[in-house]
Amino acid sequence: MFAAFFHRAVLQAISLLFGCTGEIVTEKSGNLNLGIPGIMYVGGISGVIGAFLYENSLPDKSEASWFLAIFIPLLCCLAGSLIMGLIYCFLTTTLRANQNVTGLALTTFGVGLGKYFGGVLIKLVNADVPSVTVSMTSNYYKATFPFADDLGWFGEMFLSYGFLTYVAIIIAFVAGIYLKRTRSGLNLRAVGENPATADAAGISVTKYKYLATCIGSMIAGLGGLFYVMNNASGVWSNNGLDNIGWLAIALVIFTAWKPNFAIVGALLFGGLSIAPYYLSLYDIVDINLRTKPFFDMLPYIVTVIVLIINSMRKKRENQPPEALGLSYFREDR
Amino acid sequence: MEKTKAKSAREPLFHIVKRTDIPKWKAWVIRILAVLAALVVCGIIIVALTGKNPFEMYKFMFEGSFKTERKFWKMLQDLAMLLCVALAVTPAFKMRFWNIGAEGQILMGGLGAAICMKLLGDDGAQLSNGLLLPITIITAILFGAIWGVIPAFFKANWNTNETLFTLMMNYIAIQVIAYFTFIWSSGSNTVGKINAESHAGWLQLPREVDKYGYLLNVIIVALLTILMYLYLKYSKQGYEISVVGESVNTARYVGINVKKVVVRTMLISGALCGVAGLLLVSGTDQSITAETAGGRGYTAIMVSWLAQFNPFYMILTAFIVVFLQRGADELQTQTNRIINADFADILIAIIIFFIIGCEFFINYSIKFRSRKKKEVEA
Repeated sequence: MFAAFFHRAVLQAISLLFGCTGEIVTEKSGNLNLGIPGIMYVGGISGVIGAFLYENSLPDKSEASWFLAIFIPLLCCLAGSLIMGLIYCFLTTTLRANQNVTGLALTTFGVGLGKYFGGVLIKLVNADVPSVTVSMTSNYYKATFPFADDLGWFGEMFLSYGFLTYVAIIIAFVAGIYLKRTRSGLNLRAVGENPATADAAGISVTKYKYLATCIGSMIAGLGGLFYVMNNASGVWSNNGLDNIGWLAIALVIFTAWKPNFAIVGALLFGGLSIAPYYLSLYDIVDINLRTKPFFDMLPYIVTVIVLIINSMRKKRENQPPEALGLSYFREDR
Repeated sequence: MEKTKAKSAREPLFHIVKRTDIPKWKAWVIRILAVLAALVVCGIIIVALTGKNPFEMYKFMFEGSFKTERKFWKMLQDLAMLLCVALAVTPAFKMRFWNIGAEGQILMGGLGAAICMKLLGDDGAQLSNGLLLPITIITAILFGAIWGVIPAFFKANWNTNETLFTLMMNYIAIQVIAYFTFIWSSGSNTVGKINAESHAGWLQLPREVDKYGYLLNVIIVALLTILMYLYLKYSKQGYEISVVGESVNTARYVGINVKKVVVRTMLISGALCGVAGLLLVSGTDQSITAETAGGRGYTAIMVSWLAQFNPFYMILTAFIVVFLQRGADELQTQTNRIINADFADILIAIIIFFIIGCEFFINYSIKFRSRKKKEVEA
């Protein structure tokens, strides 16, 4: 029972982890990117479009090469989310526009794009249900270790996931080490804390902001792809991703801007989101439509409490980057 | 060594200078150019995605707001509601308090109204409208204000990040609504018209005066617009807001109680969101869902920012957004769903990108490297 619960919790956690790691990297450069939900939509729909075109270009689905089936959607997803990151960065870093407004506009833009193209694809396939399915690609994404089934609970808990799951965890670890242990990570943090000082020390603020935001949004975009391919089994039905996007931003606060913490945090949030289902399955608590809203509220309430406690304790290492949300202009005094 | 020195001495091709002295007409020319450029880009996108004549599309979009009397009134209603929320977030923004929780505050305001209508209306105490309406109005405003003040209280006392706090409050509010929708709907998960028989607690003018039921909302919001303009521009409190927004330290130095201003301003901001919720629930829908706020809480932020916090400019910016939304709805029916309603979001975002981008050219000027200077140096 616990292994099954853990398995589902991990599946829920990974899109959050992608979004959260991406946003941490972005925020460390001082850019508060509220466009994450939009970026996830674009990442997801770009991947679906890539997969859709590839699947339909094949005369027979048995001829598909696993390499192309995986890399075409992956590259589409990365390209789509990179463009979103570039739009955000161009407006906030080069043109010094307000970050909150730009981020919200980016979310509007991305969600609009995702739903529009989703609608176009749905119209193309003329299905009875309002969704598009790319199940072949999804199967490649969900492919697990062949020996996972033989290892009992260990296999179910740790080996029964598609490759993107491990990618997410590796990225989070690497981001943690990068931010904490490397010189360039230190520079990035300096840019987020105090860009003027970083500039004076000879660090190119613009370069760091661009790189961090674009890489961050590509990581977040993968979260959208993971959601479609692994959680929704390749079914794109025009919803579900905005919640994940905002929850990922909440997770950033919850984990106090630490990618390593994000792995645990994402698992906790993922567990919370499916806990009602398991609790009622085993008759521990009666979960119905009346009590479900309170369980759905939990991640947000927990985040608010963490936010408040962190601000009360004023512990230096748990604070947001000092210059978060502020545009940098060298000649400002 | 020599080489690096030469490199660092080289003047960059251009550099950016802040400017504060741009004449007003010039700033507006830049903004209008940006909107025109955005429309051109939108036109290109319309052609690329649908292969239709963009002018025909724009004509359809125009019809979405103006074709019939009904459409015109619907447009006015949407405009009024968006404007109301934009007015609500403005005082907080002017203070640099990033209240992106308007969505939740609207929902809570609406919930307050719905609770009164449910408990004191047909199914409950059956109060007369003369008593029920004031109670409904006050409850709605109070609910919105409380939801807004919670983050402000923590911001004022412990400097808790308000952007993220208010954002979380939205999702909590959505779940609260989900709970009430469930207990009121007896399983179907839609509330339906509240007090459909007696119209108790309905905030509407009689149908003889107001054919579509939107007039009262429009009047109230028009009044609020004027009041907000006066409040921000001429009242002492409005002045305090702008001082705190410019610099918290200056405000402290001149003896403004910053904590008090933060809490008070968010009280106003939340209360106005409550009014928006009231107008939506008791004035328009007479029902409540998690979609009642309809993303206005987020769109209003852009509306307010684009208008540079001026309530009168907000009428214009809110109109642009509503015009596009109504237009895309119209396109959806006219183009046999090739263009769906989500297309409006893409267009709105592009226009906003252009307008916030163009502010750069208003606030900064680009100075190119001049040749003369180089000769002098040589």
